[in-house]
Amino acid sequence: MVSMTSSIGTKKKMSAADILIIVFIVALSFTCIVPFLYMIALSLSSNEAIISQKVGLWPVGFTIETYKTILSDVEMLYTLGYSIVLTILYTAVCMFLTICGAYPLTKKRLMGRNFILSALVFTMYFSGGLIPSYILVKNLGMMNTVWSLVLPGAMSVFNLIILKTFFTNLPESLEESAAIDGCSDLGILMKIVLPLSLPSIATLSLFYAVDRWNGFQDALFYITDKNLYPMQMKLYQIISANQQLDSQQGGEGSAGAYIVPESLKAASVMFTTIPILLIYPKLQKYFVDGVMTGAIKG
Amino acid sequence: MKAVLDKSPDYASLKKKNKFINNLKRDVWLYALLMLPFAYILIFRYAPIYGVIMAFQDYNIFAGIKGSEWVGLDVFRFIFQQDSFYRALKNTLALNVYDLIAGFPAPIILAILLNEVRLAKFKKITQTVLYLPHFLSWVIIGGMVYLMFSNSGMVNTFLANLGLAKIEFLSQKVPWLMTYISVGVWQHIGWGTIIYLAAMTGINKELYEASDIDGCSRLRKIWHITLPGIKSTINILLILQIGRMVSIGFDRPFVMGNSLVSDYADVISTFVYRVGISSGDFSQATAVGLFQSVVGLILLIGANYIAKKLGEDGIW
Repeated sequence: MVSMTSSIGTKKKMSAADILIIVFIVALSFTCIVPFLYMIALSLSSNEAIISQKVGLWPVGFTIETYKTILSDVEMLYTLGYSIVLTILYTAVCMFLTICGAYPLTKKRLMGRNFILSALVFTMYFSGGLIPSYILVKNLGMMNTVWSLVLPGAMSVFNLIILKTFFTNLPESLEESAAIDGCSDLGILMKIVLPLSLPSIATLSLFYAVDRWNGFQDALFYITDKNLYPMQMKLYQIISANQQLDSQQGGEGSAGAYIVPESLKAASVMFTTIPILLIYPKLQKYFVDGVMTGAIKG
Repeated sequence: MKAVLDKSPDYASLKKKNKFINNLKRDVWLYALLMLPFAYILIFRYAPIYGVIMAFQDYNIFAGIKGSEWVGLDVFRFIFQQDSFYRALKNTLALNVYDLIAGFPAPIILAILLNEVRLAKFKKITQTVLYLPHFLSWVIIGGMVYLMFSNSGMVNTFLANLGLAKIEFLSQKVPWLMTYISVGVWQHIGWGTIIYLAAMTGINKELYEASDIDGCSRLRKIWHITLPGIKSTINILLILQIGRMVSIGFDRPFVMGNSLVSDYADVISTFVYRVGISSGDFSQATAVGLFQSVVGLILLIGANYIAKKLGEDGIW
């Protein structure tokens, strides 16, 4: 009945081991879906049902009040728009720096290439730590500006090396013939290398974009102005509000300053996750490609 | 003859100088491109490394590094007498060791299982689902954990319905540790398989065919072909993870921790945040950060050295 093609091409029946493996993988996949189902159920349930612990994976006392609250909350919508703009700005700055750094370093003839490469790689394994970076941002006058969320994390050396590997793997003959036609290095980069590397540029842009969208720590360190909170910071404030457990944060938001019902917390979690759920399945291939290239680099 | 001998080095150095300038001229665009990334690295990566000298000063934010008083190793002496520092160090090591034990083999096992599945469509869908947690921020995950595992959350409701006692996942030591570690495994297990699956595609198919002819069982094939095929990948990732034993991300322990579990949840990163940024003891927090960076580098070099001694590929 259930048959399959093995790698050699012969058909064979599914063994008990195959079924066990599939059951295990399905169960594991469920653990990735159940939290979302629960969040959706909570966000669509009435508070009474939640407090009396009636809600499982299906909404009880169905209501869309919480989503109405969120979608009519100007601050929330503002933060969403601001986070999107911030993510685009960050990704653009990062990609610009990464491309500018990666292309020259593909040229073996470049004097000082090894020195610059070592200087870059060293920073992957040794850093000054959180506090010197914090003082730097403070001294540069970037506290409570959007730049504190863009510049300190702009350009990852790891991504730069991945992009350099991509560039190196492009056929050399194309660049050579362009050079013979009198094209400058900049011309070759703009007219040949970049158009040929669009898939890898898309991949790295996605890595940067996800990092920024999910980034929380720098906002906690550098931003106290509510208008400059990215989405994750806003979500953290909502979730940690009136959590009897939470006191690490201590400041505003906790200590019962205002009561946030569980359904609103769940709806906020979904509100922050939905942008990722929307784009992720379509773009998954690019992410996987990126990891593969990183792996080949070793 | 002597004159010629005297002159020749001059000529050579002149030629060298010309070549240097010519090279600069030829690659002027490349250097222009490198300018910004290089400046970026100097400012945002090397300036903080220079900033670690705060650890040897009684740093005053108004006087700056130039105006602050030098205290030698006093800050380190002070820190190494603090119980809270040892607590953070111990917790960091403990959480990292648990993560290594539970979290390192998990993607390898899952990758081997996925590699055994021949239903292409099923594999594709489950992989998409299993990779998803990697793209969620720790704030989102922390929110979900709180809502699911709190005393009134889904898991405890479920236990209560079964007539079992409630478990205080978010406030008791062992349940909290289990939650923290398993959520980490959950988040990483799917995404972590990619690199191993990539390595497995590089294994020569003929090896499997030959072992089929020899009548090898599945487990033997996994043990003698698949695992050796991904061994170098395992080594490299293991070296990197050992190198990170004393460093720990900030978001996960910060979001998942709370005052009731701080005895085992307060780690170096949250300690640095509390001492440095919340209390403004910059010198102390910098010293702890420097300690972490240096020990991390030593561990990385050590793990790499041992791997090479054992005849394996290192990371450099």
